[in-house]
Amino acid sequence: MAKVQDIALYVRSKGAGPFWVTIEVFFDNDEAYETFKNSQKVTKGTIAKLYGVEEALVKEFYIDNIRVGKFSFPRRHPAGWEYENDMHSGQQYIRLAEAEV
Amino acid sequence: MNSCKILMPTGGLGAGILQEAFDRGMALKPDVIAVDAGSTDSGPAYLANGMSKYARQASKHDLRITTIGAMTAGIPLFIGSCGTCGTDNMVDYYAEIVEEIFREEGFQGKIAKIYCQQSPDVLKQKWDEGKIHALDGAPDITRETFDECSNIVAVLGAEPFIEAYNQGANIVLAGRATDTAIMAALPLHKGCDVAAAWHGAKTVECGAQCADKSDGLGVFLTVDETGFYVKPLMPDAHCTPYTVSAHMLYENSDPHRLREPSGTLIARDAVYTQFDEQTTYVTGSKFEHATQYTMKLEGAAIMGYQNISLVGIANRKVLADPEKWIANISAHVDRYIKRAGINKEDYSFNFKAYGYNAVVEGPVPEGTPPPREIGMLLTVTAKTQELATQVAKIFNPYLLHFPADFNEQLPSFAFPFSPVDCPRGATYAFKLFHVVDVEDPLELVRIAYVDIDGREEK
Repeated sequence: MAKVQDIALYVRSKGAGPFWVTIEVFFDNDEAYETFKNSQKVTKGTIAKLYGVEEALVKEFYIDNIRVGKFSFPRRHPAGWEYENDMHSGQQYIRLAEAEV
Repeated sequence: MNSCKILMPTGGLGAGILQEAFDRGMALKPDVIAVDAGSTDSGPAYLANGMSKYARQASKHDLRITTIGAMTAGIPLFIGSCGTCGTDNMVDYYAEIVEEIFREEGFQGKIAKIYCQQSPDVLKQKWDEGKIHALDGAPDITRETFDECSNIVAVLGAEPFIEAYNQGANIVLAGRATDTAIMAALPLHKGCDVAAAWHGAKTVECGAQCADKSDGLGVFLTVDETGFYVKPLMPDAHCTPYTVSAHMLYENSDPHRLREPSGTLIARDAVYTQFDEQTTYVTGSKFEHATQYTMKLEGAAIMGYQNISLVGIANRKVLADPEKWIANISAHVDRYIKRAGINKEDYSFNFKAYGYNAVVEGPVPEGTPPPREIGMLLTVTAKTQELATQVAKIFNPYLLHFPADFNEQLPSFAFPFSPVDCPRGATYAFKLFHVVDVEDPLELVRIAYVDIDGREEK
């Protein structure tokens, strides 16, 4: 099965303020973008499971004109908490990149 | 037609401005130089301590280029979020550097210092009046949270910059401000399209991130009554409809909406057009004015003190299942810590196996081969620095020798440092993700003006 990283141009994540993470998946062709957008394997529920957040708190966006899918969700701990593993959340895209699409 | 030209020479003051790029921007005759110096991205320590993440020398380098540019051209310089966190002492710190530059260069002019740090008492009163509201994802707080924070700032909108400009300030040094307010202020004041001012400001707030070469150098923004134009300063970079619209996503939880103190930018229906080879022109964004002006609050508190120990492990048996080793050593040593009479409420600890799953936590995907080596980081947190260090010292012999299997000879792992443990000071947390209702954009803001004549010394 193809993974998100196999069909995406690139995947990135970043903190959106200290309390949120946002992940963006960029595509360079319509076919791959539509596959991702319509995939039943990449949903708010997938994000909730991968990142340990409540599904109701996950926001999902598709920006068709630039072929980008985007998910945002609250961090489990605010940035910089005592056992922080990724201050800027810049490496957290990996789980989504490795998920099946 | 009203228009306003803004030079934004770097994504972060102190990160480094290139003189050549800056000069290219100045040649386009800006009405204002606007720079953001702040961020919460690097964590709560900067706010809790009221300190900058950049070196003084690096901050002065960028302040010198921008101050000389502004004073020579006779245009204002707007700096927001002085010293990373925008506390009052950081505004004073930048003012001290700018004063030095005035004296070194023989400039005469007016500096505005805009303060937005808040006393817990003022906020507790706002709390009692029901004027403090949680944002989505905010931690639960009580009235006491305001006292627990070492520092609290209320994030400035565009209005205080406009006020300082109207008072004739040459250099405006502001406390914590929204990234966008710094750039949006002058076009708003000059009667440009409100949505274009905010959307243009959001586009340039990270410098050349909105261009196809994200070299950290600046961009030039022109806002008028119909929309905004954005181009990078360096000739080999380009702002395209793709790069500009994609930047609306960046570090923003909602790509279509951006909340500001005075309302919300709605960029959903924006139209992006290539204007010339380097420039993109944007129209069609909207701004929804809020009925209630709000300022976001940022607050950080000390949560304890830490000690860290790092040990390198290449032992095959440990690497076959690092999680199991972590669970075993944790349980084993925790018994000794308790036997030593240390109260379990007074400390905690955490292992991170760098090279295995320290960065992307949790189980590694099935079939992942064991790493060749890992850096095992032990972090101890305690009520006091002394206690954190004592707990780390109890761990020390086990970090050296704890085996994967007690039936074998004791291994010795690889320490890089002596002493092994390293007291690293306080650990902090962001405690607020809230907004406060204000009667007036300046209600919680204080502005001081200083006239400096550096000519005598010259």
